[in-house]
Amino acid sequence: MAKDTAKDSARRNRPALSLHVPEPNARPGDPVDFSGIVIPAAGEAPRPDIAAPAAETHPLCYGLVRVLDDQGKAVGPWDPKLDAEKLRRMLRDMTLVRVFDERMFRAQRQGKTSFYMKALGEEAVAVAAAHALDREDMCFPTYRQQGLLIARDYPLVEMMNQIYSNKGDKLKGRQLPIMYSDRAHGFFSISGNLGTQYPQAVGWAMGSAIKGDSRIAAGWIGDGATAEGDFHNAVTFAGVYRAPVILNVVNNQWAISSFCGIAGGDLTTFAARAVGYGIAGLRVDGNDALAVYAATRWAADRARSNLGPTLIELFTYRTEGHSTSDDPTAYRPKDAGKAWPLGDPIARLKQHLIRLGEWDEERHAALEEALGVEVRAAQKEAEKQGTLGNGHFDDVDSMFADVFADLPWHLAEQRDAAKTERGVG
Amino acid sequence: MPAMNMIEALNDAHDVMMARDPDIVVLGEDIGYFGGVFRVTAGLQKKYGTSRVFDAPIAEGGIVAAAIGMGLYGLKPVAEIQFADYIFPGFDQIFSEAGRIRYRTAGEWSVPMVIRSPYGGGIFGGQTHSQSPEAFFAHMPGIKTVIPSNPHDAKGLLIAAIEDPDPVVIFEPKRIYNGPFDGHHDRPVTPWAKDPRAEVPEGYYTVPIGKAAIARAGEAVTILAYGTMVHVALATAVDNGIDAEVIDLRTIVPLDIEAIEASVRKTGRCVVLHEATRTAGFGAELAALVQERCFYHLEAPVIRVTGYDTPYPHSMEWTYFPGPARLGPALKAVLKD
Repeated sequence: MAKDTAKDSARRNRPALSLHVPEPNARPGDPVDFSGIVIPAAGEAPRPDIAAPAAETHPLCYGLVRVLDDQGKAVGPWDPKLDAEKLRRMLRDMTLVRVFDERMFRAQRQGKTSFYMKALGEEAVAVAAAHALDREDMCFPTYRQQGLLIARDYPLVEMMNQIYSNKGDKLKGRQLPIMYSDRAHGFFSISGNLGTQYPQAVGWAMGSAIKGDSRIAAGWIGDGATAEGDFHNAVTFAGVYRAPVILNVVNNQWAISSFCGIAGGDLTTFAARAVGYGIAGLRVDGNDALAVYAATRWAADRARSNLGPTLIELFTYRTEGHSTSDDPTAYRPKDAGKAWPLGDPIARLKQHLIRLGEWDEERHAALEEALGVEVRAAQKEAEKQGTLGNGHFDDVDSMFADVFADLPWHLAEQRDAAKTERGVG
Repeated sequence: MPAMNMIEALNDAHDVMMARDPDIVVLGEDIGYFGGVFRVTAGLQKKYGTSRVFDAPIAEGGIVAAAIGMGLYGLKPVAEIQFADYIFPGFDQIFSEAGRIRYRTAGEWSVPMVIRSPYGGGIFGGQTHSQSPEAFFAHMPGIKTVIPSNPHDAKGLLIAAIEDPDPVVIFEPKRIYNGPFDGHHDRPVTPWAKDPRAEVPEGYYTVPIGKAAIARAGEAVTILAYGTMVHVALATAVDNGIDAEVIDLRTIVPLDIEAIEASVRKTGRCVVLHEATRTAGFGAELAALVQERCFYHLEAPVIRVTGYDTPYPHSMEWTYFPGPARLGPALKAVLKD
């Protein structure tokens, strides 16, 4: 440090500056404290016309669009008024995500794969969005939107083959488990570099607009990764070109061990980012499948009408760890997930269906049982093609394919060297 | 055949391809109504409309990412990064995304995208308008890197890049946009008009990516160069009365290794020339390849002639630039024994 000089002596009379580093309100050993979370009543948020100026949505960025009340009743202008069949399908998909996650988490613990990420407590975010979008709309997800694939009937065996990096893995063992990709299901390849897919979703949507198509794009990003420059680029481009895209921020409040305040989440809401960029924004109860559906549908209709992008914050909670490599008891109170005041998305939708007389506990137990059988059968089928721990994808030629459309000489030489090294040449 | 400077040739390549393929879109900073700070896209917006040629926000990461998204949609985006020095905010999207999407999706998606960017010094551009970042891109799996040295090749290579199914980065040596440059900054500038390499065929043609050209056949020593340095190599060889063979690489990935090997085996001597900083520059790769593959044909160690490992200084640009004063003695040294 430079010594003070006579010239800067005036500084000495000023108070010393200090750096503010945000801290969550509870750490391990502290009682869980969600008292600071403001939860507006279901049905309270107004629903602007889809053609409303963006500014009309901005008050909603500081509230919370909620449809299901504490008794499981759908209330207010955002009620999407879905028929019972659709509701049951969404309940089934969310439950399947949970059953699938549980099974694959256990498979990782059994050494069958290297890594897994559950979406526990966040199932509504992806499943309800998938049902609100058209089947042809293009999704640019993060690693916690497996619900999109499940809602679009992607085969469970394909998902497991990828998780196991086995001989049936269509991605040929190249990607970390759960980083699925499937063009036919409108699900873009997941990148481990967080946030990169967000401006790509905008570019895809710009392409759709350039060609006069009617399909829209939807991107997802976590609360933590909104701090990336890619987020700024995405929202800037989306706004400037009025791109037909839905930009979802899944605020599950934890980025591995960093609470959302480290991404600026305790200064204002993530939905309020929309205010500064001048685009439509909505803040939504992410554990309320009907609210997620309604908001997504509102944004999709708006985008499809050439009225531009919507930023949707899905306010939820990461009930468990970031991944199989994470132990949240090291940085937050134990059982914080269970205390989350917005409840469990599956329990809430189930309660709603029961209230409507369209579901009951027996049927739910039977559904869980049937889904368990389905998942176990898929697992058995997938494991016939091997697991990462036993019979993973292994082909030297394939390892060098698809870097380019054609194989240039330097990769051909390296492939041959790899074969010699392996004794398979 | 009309004589064109490199800017006109690049503009013509856009025009030819945009007329042929309605899926080509062009984006970048100042490239729309204005036609680009170097005028490479002049007139294109007027001819093809704002939805195919448009200005982008000053966000190179966003430009590259949006181009990737458009490519995934099925378009063929041609993005201009105004100066290669500005490409770094887009680095992650190029390195981690564009170059890997074909691989990580096992061929289900690819990014048929072109990124063009003026690079190199010699125009008093200072630290932030003079750099040569090609080695970073050569290091990336899944990215092709192309550097033309004259109007004929610039047009043919850009057309080939647009047709390529994979992402291609084209670094355009801006010092020779308007005329070849022999490295003698104190001599009068020569325009392209009088140069046979400025004879640009009308309409469609390609110069294949991955093929070098013999810019000058010779027997005494091989000079491996690209971009502006091809002209410096040619002039320095002639000025020193050295019968050098000058290989214009034109593409650094994939590299034309056959052309390099054939030349070095013939001459037995090799000088590697580039304007970029020295340490871990592309010349290091070239020197390594030559010694790995041509060692028993070499009569002397491979010499690198490069820029220095400093930022590109503004007022001392010509001290930095690896011109004839650096290349001439290197040629003499490699020929000494």
